[in-house]
Amino acid sequence: MSEQSRIGVVFDKARAEGRAVLIGCMPAGFPTVEGSITAMKAMVAAGVDVIELEIPYSDPVMDGPVIQRASDIALAGGVRTRDALRIIEEVTATGAPVVTMTYWNPIEQYGVDAFARDLASAGGTGLITPDLIPEEAGEWLAASDAHGLDRTFLVAPSSTDERLAMTVEHCRGFVYATALMGVTGARTQTSEAAPVLVSRVRKVTDLPVGVGLGVGTGAQAATVAGYADGVIVGSALIRCLLDTPDEPTALTALTTLTTALSTGVRHPTTP
Amino acid sequence: MSAGHGRSTAESAGPAAQFPDPAGHFGRFGGRFVPEALVAALEELDVAHRTAMADEAFRAEFAALLRDYAGTPSLLYEARRFSARAGARVLLKREDLNHTGAHKVRNVLGQALLTRRMGKKRVIAETGAGQHGVATATAAALFDLDCVVYMGQVDTERQALNVARMRMLGATVVPVTTGSRTLKDAMNEAMRDWVANVDDTHYLIGTAAGPHPFPALVRDFVRGIGDEARQQCLDLTGALPDAVTACVGGGSNALGIFHAFVDDPQVRLYGFEAGGEGVASGRHAASITGGSAGVLHGTRTYVLQDADGQTVESHSISAGLDYPGVGPEHAWLHDTGRASYLPITDDEAMAAFELLCRTEGIIPAIESSHALAGTLAIAGKLAAELGRQPTIVVNLSGRGDKDVHTAGGYFGILDGESA
Repeated sequence: MSEQSRIGVVFDKARAEGRAVLIGCMPAGFPTVEGSITAMKAMVAAGVDVIELEIPYSDPVMDGPVIQRASDIALAGGVRTRDALRIIEEVTATGAPVVTMTYWNPIEQYGVDAFARDLASAGGTGLITPDLIPEEAGEWLAASDAHGLDRTFLVAPSSTDERLAMTVEHCRGFVYATALMGVTGARTQTSEAAPVLVSRVRKVTDLPVGVGLGVGTGAQAATVAGYADGVIVGSALIRCLLDTPDEPTALTALTTLTTALSTGVRHPTTP
Repeated sequence: MSAGHGRSTAESAGPAAQFPDPAGHFGRFGGRFVPEALVAALEELDVAHRTAMADEAFRAEFAALLRDYAGTPSLLYEARRFSARAGARVLLKREDLNHTGAHKVRNVLGQALLTRRMGKKRVIAETGAGQHGVATATAAALFDLDCVVYMGQVDTERQALNVARMRMLGATVVPVTTGSRTLKDAMNEAMRDWVANVDDTHYLIGTAAGPHPFPALVRDFVRGIGDEARQQCLDLTGALPDAVTACVGGGSNALGIFHAFVDDPQVRLYGFEAGGEGVASGRHAASITGGSAGVLHGTRTYVLQDADGQTVESHSISAGLDYPGVGPEHAWLHDTGRASYLPITDDEAMAAFELLCRTEGIIPAIESSHALAGTLAIAGKLAAELGRQPTIVVNLSGRGDKDVHTAGGYFGILDGESA
């Protein structure tokens, strides 16, 4: 692709402003299809730069308890893959790019090329694939090329240098660095492995690097913004919508947290 | 050994030995669909597995453990009264007589040896009915490893005795409360634990499924079933069997007995899946006959799923077959036509269960009863095809002690309880 990805533009702008990009995750159809659209729009209004929409899956092995519960609620509500595409279209209309995070089986069942086509036409920027490694991604590499979509594969603290270089070479848009060895979920301490991993990634690519797993407060966002290009927050935001008496309360909590995170990425802690 | 049936070595260079490919693919199935964080551990395991299998000392230690601790080779027993009812010469591979009561002990001992070889101190496992959990806890006790077993909350309640067994053996049992709270969710939870603790922990997976190298590794540890049965059948009958049958959930016992026969084209291979209340009812666990190709738990295989690729819950009277996927090598054996897969309903399995009890004085596991029922179902057709009485080797993969409550309820013979 000669044209730079829309995500790349957002990262460039943030870099020029001396800050990190805030990427906020929400499962499609949680708590309902309309509810998830409202939540994502509220996140954008409060300072999220990029929406990470997760397609709910029955067996999410990379996700901790919060996203598991949210996914279960969305699936019990009957959300379908095609609903996710509609949500992407609506949220993209706000101006914020939407990247889709999905386990592989729902895409394979939809049809890899058909999904890429429909994702591109809905305005989605590309996919984050937590259980797809480049070695198994032949069909997706071809489909993403054909439809001009970004590919974000994960790198982990356990990745060897060789795998890191190979994985990053297959990425487009940005690289997702998993901050620690574990599943999604907010944690009280930030990872010591993450800065090391990010500097290893920087040795092999100029692509922006987003860091996810365990980030849940403004202070943590500021710390991660000190060494990464993007701060990815999921469980902490989603929790605002779990165990809540009503939608207004949930949206207030979501806006408050997003504002704090947005402030955090604008005041990076010097590493 | 009769002339014409022997092969020069057990390690045949025939087609069966060529799969999977180095990346773990069986044709279009298998592979590795996992978080990147696990790839390093899977690579480490792959290397450890291959070097161990090439190491004579490792193989000798495994063989000695199987012989002295697990009680193998298991017998190949000619079930004459059952044979008369089946219309076939039925030879039972008595894996039910192994220590811990099933073929699974072979897999856990092999993987426990590998765990020690990799210098890891902790094993985790998933379990449905609790049999693999008990086997893992047994091996962990023997090898002085910490052991955590994940078990769906629904299963911890219906298999309370096995929970107690695991605890007696020193394991920690963690009830899993997410998703459908059964085996597949226990597997998810074990994967999550493994991602977080991969440095000191081995995931001792219970069947020939999951990401590469597990399907090949588990097959290597259970293939002794077929190697033994092939030789025992030759010794007993002077010929190879006409058919080999086994039940298929994840499919480790079936692969264990099939593998030695895959390169013998005259030997028909039959896998019997859990048809539950009938494949048409939607309440079954027949992933091959009632599912479609997809990705589940790190591998591409046949899966019970809806149109969006969400896993559908499985149903079977047999907890050990109650899983919505199947090992990728079975998916491939199905696609190539080398093995045939057929569903057996709960009722058919229980009728065969009762028949073996009454004709042979052997209480089989309900899982294995699917293989017995399938044998009864195919024997007539096979006899007609061959124009003579067929010889069928059945993998009696486990004993039925664990199923007394379920079977007692099914037959309505528990005092003070209605069926």
